[in-house]
Formats: sequence, C-alpha cells, structure tokens
Amino acid sequence: MSTDTRTATPAVGGAPTQSVSPAAPLEGPPGVPFARTLRAELRKMVDTRAGRWMVIVMAAIAALVLAAFVIWGPAGDATFRSLLELSTLPLALLLPVLGIMAATAEWTQRTGLVTFTLEPRRGRVVLAKALAALLLALVVLAVATAAAALANLAGGGAWDLTAAVAGGLVLALLIYVLQGVAFGLLFLNTPVAIVSVLVLPTAWTIATQIFGSLDDVGEWLDMDSVTRPLFAGEMAGRDWAQLTTGVAAWVLLPLAVGTYRVLRREVK
Amino acid sequence: MITVENLTKRYGGFTAVDDISFEVRPGSVVGFLGPNGAGKSTAMRMMTGLTPATSGRATILGQPYRELHNPGRQVGVMLDASAQHPGRTGREVLRVAAVSVGVGKARVEEALALVGLTDEEAGRRVRNYSLGMRQRLGIAAALLGEPQVLVLDEPANGLDPQGIHWMRGLLRRFADGGGTVLLSSHLLHEVQIVADDLVMIGRGRIVAMGSKEELLSRGGTTVHSTDDARLAGLLEAAGVPVTRTGSGLVVDAEPGVVGKVAAEERVVLLELRSGGSEGLEEMFLGLTAATSREGDAA
Repeated sequence: MSTDTRTATPAVGGAPTQSVSPAAPLEGPPGVPFARTLRAELRKMVDTRAGRWMVIVMAAIAALVLAAFVIWGPAGDATFRSLLELSTLPLALLLPVLGIMAATAEWTQRTGLVTFTLEPRRGRVVLAKALAALLLALVVLAVATAAAALANLAGGGAWDLTAAVAGGLVLALLIYVLQGVAFGLLFLNTPVAIVSVLVLPTAWTIATQIFGSLDDVGEWLDMDSVTRPLFAGEMAGRDWAQLTTGVAAWVLLPLAVGTYRVLRREVK
Repeated sequence: MITVENLTKRYGGFTAVDDISFEVRPGSVVGFLGPNGAGKSTAMRMMTGLTPATSGRATILGQPYRELHNPGRQVGVMLDASAQHPGRTGREVLRVAAVSVGVGKARVEEALALVGLTDEEAGRRVRNYSLGMRQRLGIAAALLGEPQVLVLDEPANGLDPQGIHWMRGLLRRFADGGGTVLLSSHLLHEVQIVADDLVMIGRGRIVAMGSKEELLSRGGTTVHSTDDARLAGLLEAAGVPVTRTGSGLVVDAEPGVVGKVAAEERVVLLELRSGGSEGLEEMFLGLTAATSREGDAA
C-alpha cells in the first residue's frame, strides 16, 4: 500500500504510530486450487438429506424397475442391452434434477455468500458444480449398469452391449445432466428450473409434431430426436451435426447465459 | 488492514453507498454503525467482492478481495448468519468450508470450541439452530482459516447480553494478536460493548468516525432538571447551544458551565454528566435522524 493513499484515507482504530508492520497478504494466485473447489462442491451435493436421497432414490428406481421386469416382465427376451436401457430410462428424467440442484443451491439457500467469498472466481465454482454433477451421474450410471448386469445374469440373457451403444448412453445421460446444470444456472430457482427442463423440450417436441413446417427444424433442435440415434448407438455424420445443434440450443446456450448471470449477479 | 476509498454503489437512481472512505488498522475492532438500510451490508459486500462497486475501491491487506490468494485464510467473512443450508449439521458446514480453505478436520473442532458450540450442538442440523447458535457457527466459519482480517455483518444480532460480552472478548483477543476486525451493527449499545472505534453511516454516507471516547466527548453534556424548559431558556440566553431530547437536554458545553447557570438561577438538577452512553445514543439518533427512515416521515 503506498503511503499517499494512507494519508488520504481517514483511519480508525489502532495507533497511527503503531509498530505493528502492516500485515502482508499471502503470496499466491487469486482464489483456491480447483481440486479443492471440486471436492467441496462434490461434498455439498451429497451432504444434505435432499442430495443424498436424490442419488439413493435414482439408484433404487433403476434397480426396482429391473427387479420388476425380471419378476413380471417377459424375461425370456431380455438382453443386457435392453435391461440397461430399461434401467437408465428413469435416469434420463431424474439426472437433470441432480444438475439443477447443484446449480441452484447457492441461491435458494443463500450459501453463495460463503461459497463465493471463499472462491471469488465464480466461473470456477460453476465449472466445479458442473463436473461434480457429471461425476455423480456417472456413479448413478455405474450402479444402474451393475444392476442391469445382475438382472441379466439372473435372466440368462445375451451380453449384447456394443461399445457404440454404451458410449452413446453415457454421453446422452451426461448431456441431460449438463442440461440440468444449465437450466439451474439460467433460472437459479429449483422448481422453475425443474419444470422448465421437463416441460420446455417436451413442449417443443409437441409443437414440431403439430406444426408440420417445424418438422425439419425439429430434426436439428429437438432433444428427443437428436439423442435417439445416440441411445441406439447408430450415430452417423448427419446425426452428430444434429446432436451438436440440439445440444447447442438446449444445453450450451442456457449454460452460457446462466454462467454469465452467475458471474454478474450480486450475491445477497 | 481494510482500506475503503471513495466506495460508491448506485442502483439506478438510488445511491446505497455514497463515496465512503476509511481505513481499519490492524489491532483494532471497529464498529460499522448505522440504522437499517444505511448501506452497511452493501458496503461490506463490496469489500468482499460479492457486489461490484459503481465507483471507488476497497482493498483488504492491500489487495482487492477478488485478487486474494485463498481468501478464506486471509479474511474471515460472515455476511449473514442465517444464510446456511438448513439440512447440514453445523460441523458439516465447517467441514465443507475446510475443504475449500484447505484446513484439516482438527481445525474444524478447534473453531467449534472457539465459539463454544458443543459436540452435540455441532451434530445438529442448522435448521434446529437458534439465531445465536447460527451466529456462533458463522463466526467459527470466519475463524476457520485463521485469517488476519474479519468482516462480520451484524454478528451480535440474536446473541444474549452474555453472548455479546463473550464476543467482545473473542474479537478483542483477535485484535490484540494483530488482527483487524470490522463488524456492523444497527444497535449502538451492542456495538459500544464490542467495538473500540466506530464508523457511523447514515443513508450511504459516513456521518462520524473515531474512537468511542472521541465520539463521546463530542456528545456534549447531558443535563436533566425539574424544569428543563426553563433551564434550556437560561442556557440559550447564556449563549450555549441546547438540544432537547426525550430524557433531558444535551448541551454543547462543559458540565461546569451548565452547573454554574443552574446554581445561579436556582434550577434543581436531577442529572448532570458529560457525554456518557446515552450521550452517544443521542448523538447516534441525532446523526442518523436526518438520514434515517424516521427522518423521511418528519
């Protein structure tokens, strides 16, 4: 601190001639290392009842669906792939909520006052939250896969999962989680974000079905139709382009706007 | 050390913080005093990088808050004790912060002990905490990284008188170790117990600052008699400025001058003293009356 500002600013407290040398700040780059931010965000997602139960319920639903299918379903034609698709079906709906809760918690509970004073570079907190949500989704997915494998063992079905289908499934679910994060950041309000993430893409799908003229656009911008080949493991060149545009519109755009909002917003 | 230079925050046409400048030196506990809505919280949010300043700047330990390396180890911040996730236990709140700040679990237990939260209380969910317990938890979180500077918004709010005295001891020890403390309050008697120096703020502007003693001696003389109206007239006739207050008069003169006038004119005095706690109170009310909500109505 230069001496001229010290004389210009009226001081309170302490003796002006105090021998205590002015405390020096810690040396180092601004903020905290990213690994610690990520660990803290990951922990925050599962250390509340709501967060922990969300994960448990998702894993349990996947397991229950499988159990029900094995007991009452036409188990004869079940294969590993069909079982896995079955167990991940509810996850496509629930995983975005995980992302939403990660993104909105700081604002609905006002814990942002603490989080953003410990790491003022909010962009890194946003990144950590997105990564934490994706990591947790992978854990849930691993549980669902294990459950599907068990069910398949019990049913004696074929092991017909190709790398393309497995990769497509993982990618599609991660896209849905990221979409949850994006909508959470965009609205910073859990109920609004959940309703939007469930209703808006569906409303768009319905709109494209009602108005035939939107059909061509829908192929490029409808999340259901752009992820369909991904789930099926049949991605061709055009499918990738359509996936990219759909994800850009429904995930990356809200993610960008939401992140901008979080960076600029006053934390109260 | 906290330095605030010409800090200003405008929301549209409304100026929440209007060109405030002050410096808090190490070794001091400074009270940031003002009525509700005076701009204390906004100023503190600007100091900690949560709210962008319209103009001016604030630095802590010579750096803007956002430039600080691992701010949790340098500045302990508590801006709202109620802003905690109700579903976490007190201990978990600190453990999460400890991960980010980079301190161990042992330090979490130390911080809990420091603020007097028992093991059982630390294991309870914040939902079931009283405001006083939340304040203690918030202060524990602020102290977690063993910072050099503390910025606390209304830390004594919700504490019982015993708790306020406890806080005074805690903050005094912190300052005696070379720490810098800035805490806000809208209650004079509270801040009078906890802080040694005051910055008074009203409607975004600094209205007075200095040590408590300095501000007290500026408070003039408080006098109360059996006939305040007559005494006021006599004092004014003697050329001494008089302010009528609810409980008597505040006179801008030494107690001796007032006593002499009263004795000569045979007015029976019930109370005569220089400044005093109520003197500061009158001053606080006086300084902020023109700038507070009450002032709007008048």
